[in-house]
Amino acid sequence: MMKSRSAAAPFGIWMTLFTIVPLGIVVWYAFTDKSGAFTFDNIRAIGDYAGTFLSSVAMGAIATVICLVLAYPLAFSISRASERAQQTMVMIIMLPMWMNFLLRTYAWMSLLENNGFINQLLGLIGLGPVNMINTSGAVVLGMVYNFLPFMVLPLYSVMVKIDVRVIEAAQDLGANSLQVLRRVLLPLSVPGIVTGITMVFVPAVSTFVISKLLGGGKQMMIGDFIEMFFLGNAPNYNVGAALSLVLMILILICMGIMNLVDKDDEDGGGLMV
Amino acid sequence: MENEIIRLQNIAVSFDGERVLDDLSLSIRDGEFVTLLGPSGCGKTTTLRIIGGFVTPDAGDVFFDGKRVNDLPAHKRRVNTIFQRYALFPHLNVYENVAFGMRVQKKKNAEIRQTVERMLELVNLKGFEKRGVGTLSGGQQQRVAIARALANNPSVLLLDEPLSALDLKLRKDMQGELKNIQKSLGITFLYVTHDQEEALSLSDTIVVMDGGRIQQIGSPQDIYNEPENAFVADFIGESNILDGIMHEDYLVEFFGRRFKCLDAGFGPREPVDVVIRPEDIDIVEPEKGHLTGTVTSVTFKGVHYETIVDFKGFKWMIQTTDFHGEGSVIGIVLNPEDIHIMKKSAYSGQFGDYSSYSEEFDEMADPDIDLTQEDGGGEEE
Amino acid sequence: MKKLSKIYNALIFIFLYAPILVLIVFSFNDSKSRVVWQGFTTRWYGELFQDKVIMESLLTTLEVAVLSALFATIIGTLAAVGIYSMNRKLRKTMLAVNNIPMVNPEIVTGVSLMLVFVFVFRATGMLQMGFGTLLLSHITFNIPYVVLQVMPKLRQMDRHMYEAALDLGCSPRRAFFRVVLPEILPGVVTGALMAFTLSLDDFVISLFTSGSTAQTLSVTIYAMTKKRVSPKINALSTLLFGAVLLLLIIVNLRQMRDMKKQKKHG
Repeated sequence: MMKSRSAAAPFGIWMTLFTIVPLGIVVWYAFTDKSGAFTFDNIRAIGDYAGTFLSSVAMGAIATVICLVLAYPLAFSISRASERAQQTMVMIIMLPMWMNFLLRTYAWMSLLENNGFINQLLGLIGLGPVNMINTSGAVVLGMVYNFLPFMVLPLYSVMVKIDVRVIEAAQDLGANSLQVLRRVLLPLSVPGIVTGITMVFVPAVSTFVISKLLGGGKQMMIGDFIEMFFLGNAPNYNVGAALSLVLMILILICMGIMNLVDKDDEDGGGLMV
Repeated sequence: MENEIIRLQNIAVSFDGERVLDDLSLSIRDGEFVTLLGPSGCGKTTTLRIIGGFVTPDAGDVFFDGKRVNDLPAHKRRVNTIFQRYALFPHLNVYENVAFGMRVQKKKNAEIRQTVERMLELVNLKGFEKRGVGTLSGGQQQRVAIARALANNPSVLLLDEPLSALDLKLRKDMQGELKNIQKSLGITFLYVTHDQEEALSLSDTIVVMDGGRIQQIGSPQDIYNEPENAFVADFIGESNILDGIMHEDYLVEFFGRRFKCLDAGFGPREPVDVVIRPEDIDIVEPEKGHLTGTVTSVTFKGVHYETIVDFKGFKWMIQTTDFHGEGSVIGIVLNPEDIHIMKKSAYSGQFGDYSSYSEEFDEMADPDIDLTQEDGGGEEE
Repeated sequence: MKKLSKIYNALIFIFLYAPILVLIVFSFNDSKSRVVWQGFTTRWYGELFQDKVIMESLLTTLEVAVLSALFATIIGTLAAVGIYSMNRKLRKTMLAVNNIPMVNPEIVTGVSLMLVFVFVFRATGMLQMGFGTLLLSHITFNIPYVVLQVMPKLRQMDRHMYEAALDLGCSPRRAFFRVVLPEILPGVVTGALMAFTLSLDDFVISLFTSGSTAQTLSVTIYAMTKKRVSPKINALSTLLFGAVLLLLIIVNLRQMRDMKKQKKHG
């Protein structure tokens, strides 16, 4: 066996300095005031944002569910295609991620606006205009659009490992399509589902750009407030840190619940590629 | 000891608090073919890895040529190893695999070429120099591994179950080749296996191990004919093992009858284990036998019938070329040279009764035994 | 059934590419409007290269991507080797730490790093927000991906291979370079590419850790979205997108050729 544990020393030092210590400082800021004295005021101030937290989690959850529902059949059909078609389709899914996501989201504004392309198309057949931009629906759409690949790819990488004979065996034993899905496919793809949900839910809940561009500032999410407290005109690191802390804990709790479903995976299921 | 090349002295090793080797001492002479034989988890691979330098013992010393080498790292030891499943380097071709050790030592190209050619000739792989190791069959990979290890000109070659991945026919051929290579080079082979036939046919000396301890050291004939305890008797070949009492030198009692035997040196009325090999038993007419019993099952094995016979509730295995059908009553004759006496040991009573005999019985009875598991010497995972 | 799934897949692909199409089309629009088409032009592509702000942030983005990928690959590969040789308990701990930046919301990672830099700057006057802090942050979020790409390659490797190299006379360091590294190289390369991509793509963490002196492309674009996004950016994205597309097609074709070759030689 390799006796080279010390090779991990730079990693250990780096992660301590730039991951663990920073989280400690977030906690420290969350529990102090501007002069550095201990206080609970920041945590108490969180109460004002309870509604924002709730709506952020709700929108994130809705986007995640939509992603799962949209991605599952797509991932399955990719996983059953020929090797060549699989490669091509995975490439098609990944390619948009190479274009700056701010610009892609910005482009959705052109599509959704009252005089945008979708309303122009609707106008041609005598409908609309439908008000789409600056609604929470538009924000959820932006989330689904941006994070859908993060759901498809882990699902695909788990499904592609499912032996076709397992499905045939289930059919042979009398299972119909729905039963095959419920009793064989779903249980076997749980690791991919868990990874996918994590990879969509976490960035969705904590986003601030999508809500800003497509929600028109009417749908403030928790990320918007955090950005405001750190980079806005009237910064308040302490309340910002408290919000970040609560957001992190909230997400940790959600992840903990998810991990109860899918135990014992050391390296994060079918994470990417 | 004369021309001793390796000595292990009072070696103890634990992994995660589990004792893997327990006060093990062993001496190996130069030029010997020594086999460590035992079941999975007996510590044989760990013993090999201690000599190779991959495991550091918790206690005890390792000597090469009389020098203590406990702290000498693996790459500075004059021994080479043939690993389970070969561990060939997949990014190098056959030639470069064999040349690897010499390249590390910065030998001259001409010398390397000469040695590689000689080695490939030795293992019958001439003409394979440019092949990638992934394109070779299991037997060919095995040969590359042998050539690679021998190209470093080791004084001792360590072989860790080298043939376990090959099929039966190939295994037999390779056994012969290994023995020939060892004889022609005259170097020491230390061979690890769980296959008793392999051990018996290859070795000058067999070291039988179980539970991290050496159970017996001896020539194949010694081990087979004079097993020291019930474990050895059962592990090497088939054995019927009975309780007996030694009355005096050369006289033993079992099944209420006294038999002449060839063993001596036990105390008066000392309880002993009696070993009777299935192939040593002569079957006769019931009235002419020392004992009579009823045949309970017969299995045809090709060269002989494996016959299980019930003697007063104790079942024996007898290997015979004559067919005796189920239910038939037979007699047996035991000659003094058929009876082997062993001192009682911790293993007494555990082995040698064929009452519930089935070939896979031992393995099937214990759900915790992982049949795919190798004797990994307690490494993680 | 097959037909249905084809239509379904096609619809999703349209959904994914609709905004990209809009972007590309409007990079040729002879107006600054992002809705109204005023005729074809390529002038944005010309003006793009004259725009100092865009060119500078493009350069910063590339520099940070290359450097952070390089450092993260070295630290991450070493880390994977070290973690691989740890006992189970220690390994679990290290992998848990490794997971923190991947699981944590990007905004929290960004904020936490920003607070450290602010804290250190106030205390010592060092680490002013700029290229340095940007690079440190990118290395930090890249390392875990490299570790996760290299670990499985180590696990797939025959664990006796390293011992075989020692056995044949290699020192541990040499055994690593001659035997282990060639074996795990595919994982190292994938990790490096992933790190490079993630760094190029990053916005959130860069926003919090770049300050005003060193802006990446996404931070510049973000500043623009608050007013009006210049079609020059659309032109730049179209160029980058085209380059990536070309690269992927070449890689894909080569892979397919290799696969055919392999099949022939079986």
